[in-house]
Amino acid sequence: MPLLQVGNITKRFPGVLALRDVDLALHRGEVLAVIGENGAGKSTLMKILAGVQPPDSGDIRLDGQPVRIDSPRAAIDLGISLIHQELNLCDNLSAGANIFLGREPRRHGLIDRDAIHQQSLQALQRVGLDISPDTLIGSLPIGRRQLVEIARALSTDARILIMDEPTSSLTGEEAETLFAVIRELRTNGVSVIYISHRLGEVQGLADRVLVLRDGENAGELSGDTGPITHDHMVSLMVGRDVTQFYARQAHTVGDPVLEVEDLIVPTWPQHRLNFSVRSGEIVGVAGLVGAGRTELLHSLFGIAPPLSGSIRVDNQPATPASPIDAIRAGIALVPEDRQQQGLILEISLRHNIGLPGLRRHRQTLGFADRRRERDDADRMITRLDIRTPGPDQIVQYLSGGNQQKVVLGKWLALEPCVLLLDEPTRGIDVGAKEEIYRLMEELAASGVAILFVSSEMEEILGMSDRTLVMHEGRITGQLERADLSEETIMRLATGKAA
Amino acid sequence: MKKILGISGLLLFVFLVTWIAEPRFATAYNLQNIIRWSSLFGIISIGVSFVIITAGIDLSIGSVIGLSGCLLPMLLIGSGWPAPAALLAVLGVAAAIGLLHGFLITRLGLQPFVVTLCGLLFYRGLARWITADQVQGFGAAHDSLRQLATGKIPLTESFALPIPFLIMVLLGIAAALFLNRTIYGRYLLALGNNQEAARYSGVPIERMILLAYVICACTAGLGGILFALDVNSVQPASQGNFYELYAIAAAVLGGCSLRGGEGSILGVIIGAAVMRVLYNAINVLGIPTQLEFAIIGTVILAGVVADELIRRVAARRRAVREAGGWPTENADQRLDPGQ
Repeated sequence: MPLLQVGNITKRFPGVLALRDVDLALHRGEVLAVIGENGAGKSTLMKILAGVQPPDSGDIRLDGQPVRIDSPRAAIDLGISLIHQELNLCDNLSAGANIFLGREPRRHGLIDRDAIHQQSLQALQRVGLDISPDTLIGSLPIGRRQLVEIARALSTDARILIMDEPTSSLTGEEAETLFAVIRELRTNGVSVIYISHRLGEVQGLADRVLVLRDGENAGELSGDTGPITHDHMVSLMVGRDVTQFYARQAHTVGDPVLEVEDLIVPTWPQHRLNFSVRSGEIVGVAGLVGAGRTELLHSLFGIAPPLSGSIRVDNQPATPASPIDAIRAGIALVPEDRQQQGLILEISLRHNIGLPGLRRHRQTLGFADRRRERDDADRMITRLDIRTPGPDQIVQYLSGGNQQKVVLGKWLALEPCVLLLDEPTRGIDVGAKEEIYRLMEELAASGVAILFVSSEMEEILGMSDRTLVMHEGRITGQLERADLSEETIMRLATGKAA
Repeated sequence: MKKILGISGLLLFVFLVTWIAEPRFATAYNLQNIIRWSSLFGIISIGVSFVIITAGIDLSIGSVIGLSGCLLPMLLIGSGWPAPAALLAVLGVAAAIGLLHGFLITRLGLQPFVVTLCGLLFYRGLARWITADQVQGFGAAHDSLRQLATGKIPLTESFALPIPFLIMVLLGIAAALFLNRTIYGRYLLALGNNQEAARYSGVPIERMILLAYVICACTAGLGGILFALDVNSVQPASQGNFYELYAIAAAVLGGCSLRGGEGSILGVIIGAAVMRVLYNAINVLGIPTQLEFAIIGTVILAGVVADELIRRVAARRRAVREAGGWPTENADQRLDPGQ
């Protein structure tokens, strides 16, 4: 008998059927991966299991007994803990205080600090964390915070851990530690539901894989019946065979547009960076999280101006002191954090697309060129196929993929000659990804120099003409397309000599 | 737009209730007074709304009003400056105060609340010191200058439009054009909503925030001049006391969010009028004046609560409409308020 048996779960949001008759079974001491495109219903299903949202219908059985999970509290009492994508820890409290937050052991009405210390020390040891319970959470790297969160879940006697994209902000090493902890937990009889977009991880970790598509069960893969393969998972997710996903075409590469010489990025003052990107070229920047890739883009775009060195665009000096300078030089940046850096969620699509161009197209007395803004928005909606009721839609009501298109649109309207992209397809579904790849291809063909940072190996392999690999602030290698392979990239990215 | 309808409705409601309860409320004399004072408060409220749109605050307005109200008669009467020079000097001092605030906030990264709170204390102390706490006034002189605040343009036999109303209308039109039609206004709204994204879009954050504090201090200076010309006897210790709070309340009533990024000039002007009508109603209706603050506080709170409730209903309706009328892949995420 499975530990957790979920049957016929249906959840309807106004106008949208998020889940339809979804089944899920989880056995004791098993890692079950749940995969699917964005909007497939994974998060909704997990929220139902964690008591964040009630299902409309369906039943949930734990140890064969029907249970009601009508609050996060109830879920925890039943031994189900959700580890959130965004960590739910207080930076200003110690690890121990976080582990017992909201259920502090008390003595004479006061918090029993000794008990917290001892019990959280045990909990931390269970996840292999060798830190004092008094360590401030804010001083720990993300990977360790996640382990603290897992320790907190275990200390509530969780039998089922639900992890939602746990590795999305971890370095490779931190992820490996996490996997080791998960395997250890599995051996000890804890069951894990693991949600991830990273199929490579799923392949290595999961005993079984449950695939959701459009809110329904799309299939299940089990390690017992043969290896769980990447292609198999993708074809179940998209409901069709994966054909040539990255439609790269041969095109002529022109003169260097972006030339970087002896650039010193503020976060890594000991290294000088040298590279160039030519017209029509797509250059990928690979590396582990924390390798200094985003910081490089930030320096090129003037967010964190370089300490020294020169940047030239089209043979003109273009070392920016601020994004304003970079924009004037023809550089555009699609930043990593779409919602916080890329868009102003509370204003309309039209005003978002118009914002960077306001200065360039200003009229006398600083009046905004509203006709131009309207035209740009209409043009971008058509060109990028942004699915929106109209240009006046507030962008926070658009889906992730369409929001990302708005970010692209606001820069394309300025016709940049250098386009910097930081994780351009993070958190968007397969269909929108494909469109963004096609657009990158199109822009390159029209002569734009593209530099893109990506943590998805496939994307780097599929899209780049040339790849820069970074490790701890240095460029450890430049690989032509012919020399590109996962192994060489990983070797350079981990700092081993090429 | 809905917000402006709401606040106009509130204005109309208070107006009609008072009028019905006490017909003398609507005499030409009383209405002219209300319009004059609403306009004076409207002017300083317009200024503070720019700061509030950047998600900042200016608590020093009342003290700036006090200081400029003392400076003007001192320069005109005490030092015998010509009127244009004195007016420019007072506005210059106000602009310098705004620059100082903006500089401390953008360059040193201090919190607007703290900076302007210190300003509130400092300018008040300064005003009392330079005047030695003596009442300042114009006496019988500068009558033509005083027309800026006390003058009226006759419209009908019984009714005349106060000059401050015209000043406020001109300022309001300029402010609305600036906020909604120029790139600078759009920058302010953008950075008020999300400063980081605005920076990534090439908005000159620091200069725009600086500008907002300069605008606010200048309107406070202008307000200080007009208030002084109006009352003709400026008490250094009390002139303008609490006016920053009236201005902030008017801005919030008029649709500015203290979180920034939101605001309409027309709404703010009507907000200021609501405050003055209420104040006047309390006097006219013979309600004990001790209750004045309590009543104004209650009405503002009721207005803000009603606005929040309406916003929630609207958001829910919108969510339903969006989800039903448009295929979205992330509907589950968008509808969950937890995300």
